[in-house]
Amino acid sequence: MSTTVQTPQTTAQAPEQPPAPGRVAAGLFEPRQLLKSLPDALRKLDPRVMAKSPVMFVVEIGSVLTTIMAVKDPSTFAWITTVWLWLTVIFANLAEAVAEGRGKAQADTLRKAKTDTVARRLVGGTSGREERVPGTDLKVGDLVVCEAGDIIPGDGDVVEGVASVDESAITGESAPVIRESGGDRSAVTGGTKVLSDRIVVKITTKPGETFIDRMIALVEGAARQKTPNEIALNILLASLTIIFLFAVVTLQPLAIYSHAEQSIIVLIALLVCLIPTTIGALLSAIGIAGMDRLVQRNVLAMSGRAVEAAGDVSTLLLDKTGTITLGNRQAAEFVALDGVTQAELADAAQLSSLADETPEGRSIVVLAKTAYGLRERDEGELGHAEFVPFTAQTRMSGVDVTNAGVVRRVRKGAASAVNAWVAERGGSVPRRSGELVDGISAAGGTPLLVAVEDAAGARVLGVIHLKDVVKEGMRERFDELRRMGIKTVMITGDNPLTAKAIADEAGVDDFLAEATPEDKMALIKREQAGGKLVAMTGDGTNDAPALAQADVGVAMNTGTSAAKEAGNMVDLDSNPTKLIEIVEIGKQLLITRGALTTFSIANDVAKYFAIIPAMFAVAGGPAGLAPLDKLNIMHLATPESAIISAVVFNALIIVALIPLALRGVRYRPLSADKMLARNLGIYGLGGLVAPFVGIKLIDLLVSLIPGIG
Amino acid sequence: MSPTVAGILQLSLLVALLAAVHRPFGDYMAKVYSSEKHTRPERWIYKAVGADPDSGQRWGIYLRSVLAFSMFSLLGLYALLRLQDKLPWSLGFAPMKADQAFNTAASFTANTNWQSYSGEQAVGHFVQMAGLTVQNFVSAAVGMAVAVALVRGFVRVRSGEIGNFWVDLVRGCVRILLPIAVVGTIVLVASGTIQNLADPHTVTTLSGGHQTVTGGPVASQEVVKELGTNGGGFYNANSAHPFENPNAFTNLVEIFLILVIPFSLPRTFGTLVGSAKQGYAILAAMFTIWFVFVVLMTWTEMHHNGTALEIAGGATEGKEQRIGVPGSSLFAVSTTMTSTGAVNSFHSSFTGLGGGITMLGMMLGEITPGGVGSGLYGMLVMAILAVFVAGLMVGRTPEYLGKKIGAGEMKLVAMYILVVPATILTMTGVALALPGERASILNSDSPHGLSEVLYAYTSGANNNGSAFAGLSANTEYYNVTIGLAMLIGRFVTIALVLALAGRLAEQRQVPETVGTLKTHKPLFVGTLVGVVVIVTGLTFFPALALGPLAEGLA
Repeated sequence: MSTTVQTPQTTAQAPEQPPAPGRVAAGLFEPRQLLKSLPDALRKLDPRVMAKSPVMFVVEIGSVLTTIMAVKDPSTFAWITTVWLWLTVIFANLAEAVAEGRGKAQADTLRKAKTDTVARRLVGGTSGREERVPGTDLKVGDLVVCEAGDIIPGDGDVVEGVASVDESAITGESAPVIRESGGDRSAVTGGTKVLSDRIVVKITTKPGETFIDRMIALVEGAARQKTPNEIALNILLASLTIIFLFAVVTLQPLAIYSHAEQSIIVLIALLVCLIPTTIGALLSAIGIAGMDRLVQRNVLAMSGRAVEAAGDVSTLLLDKTGTITLGNRQAAEFVALDGVTQAELADAAQLSSLADETPEGRSIVVLAKTAYGLRERDEGELGHAEFVPFTAQTRMSGVDVTNAGVVRRVRKGAASAVNAWVAERGGSVPRRSGELVDGISAAGGTPLLVAVEDAAGARVLGVIHLKDVVKEGMRERFDELRRMGIKTVMITGDNPLTAKAIADEAGVDDFLAEATPEDKMALIKREQAGGKLVAMTGDGTNDAPALAQADVGVAMNTGTSAAKEAGNMVDLDSNPTKLIEIVEIGKQLLITRGALTTFSIANDVAKYFAIIPAMFAVAGGPAGLAPLDKLNIMHLATPESAIISAVVFNALIIVALIPLALRGVRYRPLSADKMLARNLGIYGLGGLVAPFVGIKLIDLLVSLIPGIG
Repeated sequence: MSPTVAGILQLSLLVALLAAVHRPFGDYMAKVYSSEKHTRPERWIYKAVGADPDSGQRWGIYLRSVLAFSMFSLLGLYALLRLQDKLPWSLGFAPMKADQAFNTAASFTANTNWQSYSGEQAVGHFVQMAGLTVQNFVSAAVGMAVAVALVRGFVRVRSGEIGNFWVDLVRGCVRILLPIAVVGTIVLVASGTIQNLADPHTVTTLSGGHQTVTGGPVASQEVVKELGTNGGGFYNANSAHPFENPNAFTNLVEIFLILVIPFSLPRTFGTLVGSAKQGYAILAAMFTIWFVFVVLMTWTEMHHNGTALEIAGGATEGKEQRIGVPGSSLFAVSTTMTSTGAVNSFHSSFTGLGGGITMLGMMLGEITPGGVGSGLYGMLVMAILAVFVAGLMVGRTPEYLGKKIGAGEMKLVAMYILVVPATILTMTGVALALPGERASILNSDSPHGLSEVLYAYTSGANNNGSAFAGLSANTEYYNVTIGLAMLIGRFVTIALVLALAGRLAEQRQVPETVGTLKTHKPLFVGTLVGVVVIVTGLTFFPALALGPLAEGLA
């Protein structure tokens, strides 16, 4: 995001501000979306579509039956009930349509990127003849050439050349990225645009199955399959529906026996109120919205199963660099030798680093400024200064300042290089300097020596302690994860000593030092053998086996196509820290499902108290059932108003909960106990009480309708 | 001493006894089912039936063994009942009619003990001992075996085997039921319950009429009737009969026997899964509901409004004076909540709400604490359901005792919670729709009459076996349909439970973390109680409204 390059292509999506730690930001929901999605919702009334959701399918059948009844034997009550039953179905479809609609907008932008391109295929090797073919005719293994301004016709790997590529069509990130043959940055994606230079790409996917195609299918929900937990929940909802179907159907003979035969409309109203319509209506919207929340974070989950697994993850493998620590080592302190003041050392360190443009060098200047108040000096201030830039050969940088004819040379660099430099100029290296260097190395840091040669000869001034800097807030993040029961393991190529120092500082639970891909794989298998679910991120081809083995494997978009193929999620921002957010989104998805299921079932209690007395304790009904009027604790006006109020409440609660379903319930990292207590309180008890209040209020309105009240 | 004080003392003594016994006894049962050793008599039995006691069975084989054994029991008992006149000690009784024999055979093999016959007027001593009493033992042992098999499903990791049915069956009989039955019989005989093989006496009553008094091996059957949560009385009057249940002491002993295995099995479960706390959570859920029902029942029976009731000091109609209202209430709740079905009072004579409580007790699925074995497995299935909903709310896909509850598991659980209510409601609805069957109702054309039919099918499908009385159930229609209800309620559920056990045993174990739902905490117990009550309540509320609620709210 630190770019100034503006690309002509419109960005698919502006990258969002990173959310506050520990909080999964809410998705956007506007009431206007309800209206916009209405046509889609009506289209979904097709019974073939409805049959996928057993609960709502039952409501639709019920609505058809009541419509027939209302036509045959019209009354205000019959028609109001019929209309609201239909509205119940439509509201359910609306929830799904709104959830899907949000993905559609994104898919449209992606489609624009997927304009039919003309590919320049090479015939006969990389140096062969060039021919122009439609992008759709490409086969796996074809070589195509792309030059500045060309759209890359398909997914593949760069086999020759280097180019800067604009991937904003997919990532929404306008900064161009470098793609080159060999190494971990060779993958290119169809639909992205080459900005400079020429590359030869070997096509690795068939047209129609490219990354961008899959992405479109995913965000549109076309490829959406029910996840394992969703299937399990659907089974529960279907069985509850069947139980209530039995309860209502068998009620009629019982009612006839009691001389209180019920009309079909009333029985259907009772059935619809009892079956878990709230969760049945919102279930698929919750799933789509969960995927969508990931997409908003620029993460593409290849399957909903992976999102659920993310909620279950009990071990997180985190790469040290970039995830736990800032990418580079930074100066942490200046340690002066005896007889040298801190200020003197800081001054020399700063001078010697002015020409060092590496992140380490910049960090020395920053430390000198923040810790010693030395502001950065311009060349002019120093008199005649000749800068010695850092090179890999000298492993030193510095400056030669000529002031009044006296040359003062300041150098800083790797200990061995600086020692040699000092010795060369006739100076001696004190033993203390060696001790400091060894001490810092032992503690996992990197020592840099600062030396100076002036009138007093060449000598070492002190040591700069460079170390990995743990990102701010990581310790709190890991504490949160621990409270959620998730173990964090830091993966690093560092030696065990360095690794331990950083692990302690960051507060991770465990670390894997000098990690090879094989070690990573072994660790994952070990954790899984213990029944744990493991999540990791990776980008290199050598990460691919581990990414495939992990339950949640998040590949970085900058990574190789092998890595992207192996993982079950791709992070378009290539930000490994996002793994933590992914886990939170997974958990939030599951909690939302559980909370709304609880709410839906708890709602039924109140509906019974509205409908049962209305059905049986009616004036002129059998005397034996009159005592049931005592169950009318809400004092609803008439039997008709009671039943209508229950049906209306049942329908409105779906609309009322659409924002919650899309946004997900509020989630904070808490222990399981606290989370259960909280959610049971809100959605369990709330689900018991809310309908009593809601139905009573609706009844007050409904009873004003002539012929009902 | 007022009846209330007596009732409280009685309840306290009972709870204290159960509290003292459940730990050692539960641990003992855990040892019985996990021991590697076989006693010599047990080896003889295995040899006789041709079973290899050291081989493990996968769920399919285990189920086949259960079904084969029960089918053999069903046919055997049917034959005994049909051939009664050819058997010794038949007391001259005629063979039972086919439909009633089917009903009775189904009833005793399904651990239900619904009786559409009068014990002392229909079956002789041989059938009582060789047929009914034997089934009282083995049908109880089958229930316990299935419960232990389900527990093994939680314990075993990546193994499809859930134990050996024949071993579980034999050990349940030989090591658990028999020893207690022997001790219990001695206690009951010492306290006045009769035990003989005498022919019926004919005595002249005070008014000069003649009455035939049948004796028999009553105490021995009485003990296992309660211990195995069977409930089939030697006499038609069941435990209200003074020969079966002569005084307040035997009444308490019988209630204790009814509850001791169901309330100890959670401990067995806890011990077997290696966490006593998990067992206590299940026990707490069972006990809470049972206790609340006892209190509600006693209250409604003691304080119901009405001139006659207030003068009598409670709803005394249909209750034995020597046992009293609290003793009868305690017995009624215990028997209906354990699938026992023995009665020491007439449930039809209870107040409207009291009758509703007995019915609701059964409708909960006989899991609080439920029948021997069936109570535990039923409650564990409900625990899985509770875990499924509550588990989602902690942000993980649900797991119970380290086993994931996925779609396959939920399918079995869903069918389990569906099958019994569907059977009850359908059969009640159909019976009430048939004019012929309505004629069997004593208090026809009233909510009470509806309760009679609802109670019969509820009792049958839940394998309780108690009767509301009033309904003349010895008709071809009721004998066959209630017989089917009992078989469905017993064996379809067992098949589902064993399939569940097999699936769980094949899974690997998920380790517990702070993020895992804690299934041993009060919060979960509360959730479990809520799920049990709400799911049942919602299913049966309309039916209960038209029966006991309409009557009780009057």
